[in-house]
Amino acid sequence: MKVKRYRVFILLVALNIAIFLFSPTVGAKSLQLTWKNLLEMASILPPVFILLGLLDVWVKRETMVKYMGDGSGITGVLLAFFLGSAAAGPLYAAFPVAGVLLKKGSKLSNVFIMLGAWSTTKIPLILFEASSLGLKFMLVRLAMDLIGIVVIAYLTQRMLSKEEIESIYQNASGR
Amino acid sequence: MTAALYTIAILALSFSLLKSKEKTVLALKKAWKSFENILPQFLSILIIIGLLLAVLTPEQISKLLGRESGWYGVLIAAAIGSITLVPGFIAFPLAAALLKSGAGYMQIAAFISALMMVGIVTIPVEMEYFGKKAAAVRNTAAFVFSLVIALVMGVVM
Repeated sequence: MKVKRYRVFILLVALNIAIFLFSPTVGAKSLQLTWKNLLEMASILPPVFILLGLLDVWVKRETMVKYMGDGSGITGVLLAFFLGSAAAGPLYAAFPVAGVLLKKGSKLSNVFIMLGAWSTTKIPLILFEASSLGLKFMLVRLAMDLIGIVVIAYLTQRMLSKEEIESIYQNASGR
Repeated sequence: MTAALYTIAILALSFSLLKSKEKTVLALKKAWKSFENILPQFLSILIIIGLLLAVLTPEQISKLLGRESGWYGVLIAAAIGSITLVPGFIAFPLAAALLKSGAGYMQIAAFISALMMVGIVTIPVEMEYFGKKAAAVRNTAAFVFSLVIALVMGVVM
């Protein structure tokens, strides 16, 4: 554990303390929110990372390539949607998952689809959206999202050069 | 939801332990390593979210997103959605309350969509895994997409 990596974090804590001294209401509220979010993170992340560790150790690269790799076709797309939609936790917890998928040889666009699904088509979230904003609002957005997630995933992959994609995979395999 | 996640993790862990003790220990080591790798960014994000939400209260958001605010309001809604990171179980009731207090469907759709898909605060973590360009392209595309959703909502709702 190197302290240097925590430099930004330490600076932000100092900033928060400064704000607290300058305006106690805003400072206290922000600390309270941070604490609440920290508890949420602490409760969600252990099982996510344990599952990731197990996935990393047990799932063979060939298996991942077969189901989510370059030649996986529609299976890979559906699997990516399922993985993201069945997940729990905030979007930032999805990035380590994306890292392991890349490391195991999943196609880049499928990883982006997983990210998109994680951010918007999570099943409990959809049900909650319908109950707060109405079924029609939810259905219109869901239909749009399903198209948008795929479009954004392929667009992002297309915008990257071979070398850039290569370095994303290299970065992932070094983790 | 969290309980289900723990149940799955514990089941998977027990199954793994039955099959091979060494591999399970290795998995836990890897789990810890990848967690510790990203922990500084996670902690920073938590503080930034806390600061943002302390400054940007629901009352202030509803002032900006009135029904008459039009495309200007849609843009502001998408921008606020992009920089904030509110969990869904808070965002949807907030959106419903905003609708009641006079925000339009277009603005709310832009807010909700950008909130979920665009992550300015989490971009450092995203870049860590995907590099600068991919993170920039994905977030820009998602921002434009939330405007498209707003447009469709304006027609349909």
